[in-house]
Amino acid sequence: MSTIEEHMFKQEGYHLHMIPTKKYKTNTIAVKLKSPLNREVITKRALLPYVLQQATSNYPSARAFRTALDSLYGAVLSVDSSKKGEDHVMTFRMEIPNDEMLSGDESLLKQGLALINEIIFHPKVEGEALDNTIVDREKQTLTQKIKSLKDDKMSYANTRLIDEMCKEEPYRFHVHGYEEDLDGITAENLYEYYKEMLSNDDMDVYVQGNIDANEVQQLVQETIKREANPKRSKNGTTQQDAPSEVKEIVERQNIQQGKLHLGYRTSIRYGDKDYYALQVFNGIFGGFPSSKLFMNVREKHSLAYYAASRFESHKGLLLVFSGIDPNDHEQAKDIIEKQMDAMKAGEFSEEDVEETKQLVVNQLRETMDNQHGLIELMYHQVLSGSTVTPNEIIENVERVTHEDVVQVAKKVALDTVYFLTKEEGGNE
Amino acid sequence: MKTTNYDQIQETLYSKKLENGLEVYLLPKREMAKTFAVFTTEYGSIDQTFTPLGKDEQVTVPEGIAHFLEHKLFEKEDRDVFQDFSKQGASPNAFTSFTSTAYLFSATSQISENVQTLLDFVQNPYFSDESVEKEKGIIAQEIRMYDDQPDWRSFFGTIKSLFEEHPVKIDIAGTVDSIQNITKEDLYTCYETFYHPSNMTFFLAGNFDPEAMMKQIEENQSSKSFAPPEDIKRSYPSEPQEVANKHKVIEMPVSVSKCLVGVKEDTSSLTKDTFLQTDMIKSMVLDHFFSKSGEYFEKLYKEDLVDDSFSFETHLHKTFGFTILGGNTREPEQFQKRVKEMLHELKERELTDEEFERMKKKRIGQFLRSMNSLEFIATTFVQYRHLGIDLFQVLPEIEKLTKQDVMNHIQNWISEDRIAVCEVRPSEA
Repeated sequence: MSTIEEHMFKQEGYHLHMIPTKKYKTNTIAVKLKSPLNREVITKRALLPYVLQQATSNYPSARAFRTALDSLYGAVLSVDSSKKGEDHVMTFRMEIPNDEMLSGDESLLKQGLALINEIIFHPKVEGEALDNTIVDREKQTLTQKIKSLKDDKMSYANTRLIDEMCKEEPYRFHVHGYEEDLDGITAENLYEYYKEMLSNDDMDVYVQGNIDANEVQQLVQETIKREANPKRSKNGTTQQDAPSEVKEIVERQNIQQGKLHLGYRTSIRYGDKDYYALQVFNGIFGGFPSSKLFMNVREKHSLAYYAASRFESHKGLLLVFSGIDPNDHEQAKDIIEKQMDAMKAGEFSEEDVEETKQLVVNQLRETMDNQHGLIELMYHQVLSGSTVTPNEIIENVERVTHEDVVQVAKKVALDTVYFLTKEEGGNE
Repeated sequence: MKTTNYDQIQETLYSKKLENGLEVYLLPKREMAKTFAVFTTEYGSIDQTFTPLGKDEQVTVPEGIAHFLEHKLFEKEDRDVFQDFSKQGASPNAFTSFTSTAYLFSATSQISENVQTLLDFVQNPYFSDESVEKEKGIIAQEIRMYDDQPDWRSFFGTIKSLFEEHPVKIDIAGTVDSIQNITKEDLYTCYETFYHPSNMTFFLAGNFDPEAMMKQIEENQSSKSFAPPEDIKRSYPSEPQEVANKHKVIEMPVSVSKCLVGVKEDTSSLTKDTFLQTDMIKSMVLDHFFSKSGEYFEKLYKEDLVDDSFSFETHLHKTFGFTILGGNTREPEQFQKRVKEMLHELKERELTDEEFERMKKKRIGQFLRSMNSLEFIATTFVQYRHLGIDLFQVLPEIEKLTKQDVMNHIQNWISEDRIAVCEVRPSEA
């Protein structure tokens, strides 16, 4: 098996991770800024990626900045926010062709790093504020984004499940922020918060591609300069047990298909010894087309086009989601719960365990073949404070036994059942 | 076995047309852990009316049948093929488009076994009345899922507005009503006509030995017998120049309105030799004016008419083509007015040499980036192959392109009678 080579350096202000590989025709840079989820600032953190992309001190408009990226053979830059356990992570990503693929010496990586440094550390400011017009305009963009998320019913149902399930935990905070906060955000207080972020957030820089680690370390050190040098924060993600009585929520909208989502607690996180058996558990239960959920809800009873499960690696949750006819609510829920009971009772074969281990390993190896996928896998170490590498995950998954999976199944506890369905009184 | 070296992108492609007509392409990439395979028939949702193999009379089959057939090929008399792949550590899937149906897997081990499974399951259909009935419930839920998605509804609504007759306007999965009429016999008719090896392409990319793989595939194919290849007689109605419906509004329970502007492309004069260039020019021009570095995007943005959901795409095929631009908007009326003005204005636009060079550079970068993905390479190669184009010739084609080619194209691109608009608006509560 090919191993992943990671060179890590502690630079002033950030950790630099370099992953040399010849797999790709492009190089990838990712810069991650992380801090604990906090209701007070979450809308600001959601708004900043939009604002930062609109202008920098040297590029007065989004168009000028994007034109500079186009000139670097269409370098792609994106900035987004995500929720990982109870941390909020802002990621700046860039993908840029490898010089080797082009005629002439372009030193694209160097120019790409300079642009990423520009967008992070040199936003367009006037006095002690970000550009007022831009902030106002981007508040509108974010409002529209928050509204349109409600129109994607799968994502809406998932958000609502977490709202209800994690009512008292920071994990419930919406990564895209809240409309009601926007009035209180100004160009001044947004800039003030951004400066705080740049001083306090944990920062990690990943560079991947056909690179020489020594050269790139030098290059990054010269290009990305951070004044602050905060100490790495500890993972503060909280854990909670499932309630003694399962919460059941039904919500109605004018829709065609019902969304049945179930939230379970696993209390198993990245780096825990049960983490590997959890992956196999999820695979047998609902992670693959060969799983119990797919075979029973879809193939045997024809109730759904999709019925699957996934686990969250840092908060310790397992989520089931399916799209069903509104009238099949009880039957589908019953079938899903029966599959979980079967898991707890160990009703799956040694062969199922072996096959699923291979599927999990296959999935991990495929993720490692993808530039962004690999960086996300490696970032789990930063998020969890664990030193387990992607290759070690594979080795540990290969050691999982039937008994390990049953033990994990017994820890999985149903917390909340959420059902989004059609309005009452309609025919059909 | 033919070997083609593409020096610039550092790839080698192995290919062979087998005796039964199947075209096989192998692209080894030994540095990857993964291998991706796709077995494609040139048969999609638009192939509604045809003369079945061995018959004289033309038939028209129920809407959504190509997609239905794709679902049903996975089920055999005694098992589900998903399980076979699972046992071999692979992840299988399939998709149906307007013009093709593709069966695929990705895996990091047991490649030879998985290739065998892929070839064999697609070439051994088993349809029963009972399993056909059972699938109707599953596909009905797939259709309902799309019914609730405003992006999908507006995209398909635009296509329906653009086309009067052409079956591209039919939903790929059909409707909940149309699929009720599908029978086991219909499936066999379509299967026998369109799944002949001479209408199919096999593409494998990733970590494997090309010599051994070609040998395995040849042996697999020569052990099976097929009817002699025949030309498939497909029939498409003639489509008028102008759009079917200039303006359409779909009401849905959404929070944000959407507006898409569609252009019905003229594909009548396209040949194998002009296809790639035309396709490239359209996407480069759209990108130059409507991507985030584009002048028109900047205008629409400043006028508060778009957000970052705005996107654009062009699809060109042998018998139809369309371009669609749009996304969320606060003011659908103003949005469509401005986008139409911009499209019409294109013919008067001049490009500077600097702009043209940047367009080319960007397109080269996009191509190299897409070459990181085995899935993209395999599926796009086959799609291009159906049009007579070599995907790996894209780079030299971009380099050959002149500013004059682009100018000639945009001068004759847009006309008012070929534009249609589709809006999704919040329904009254």
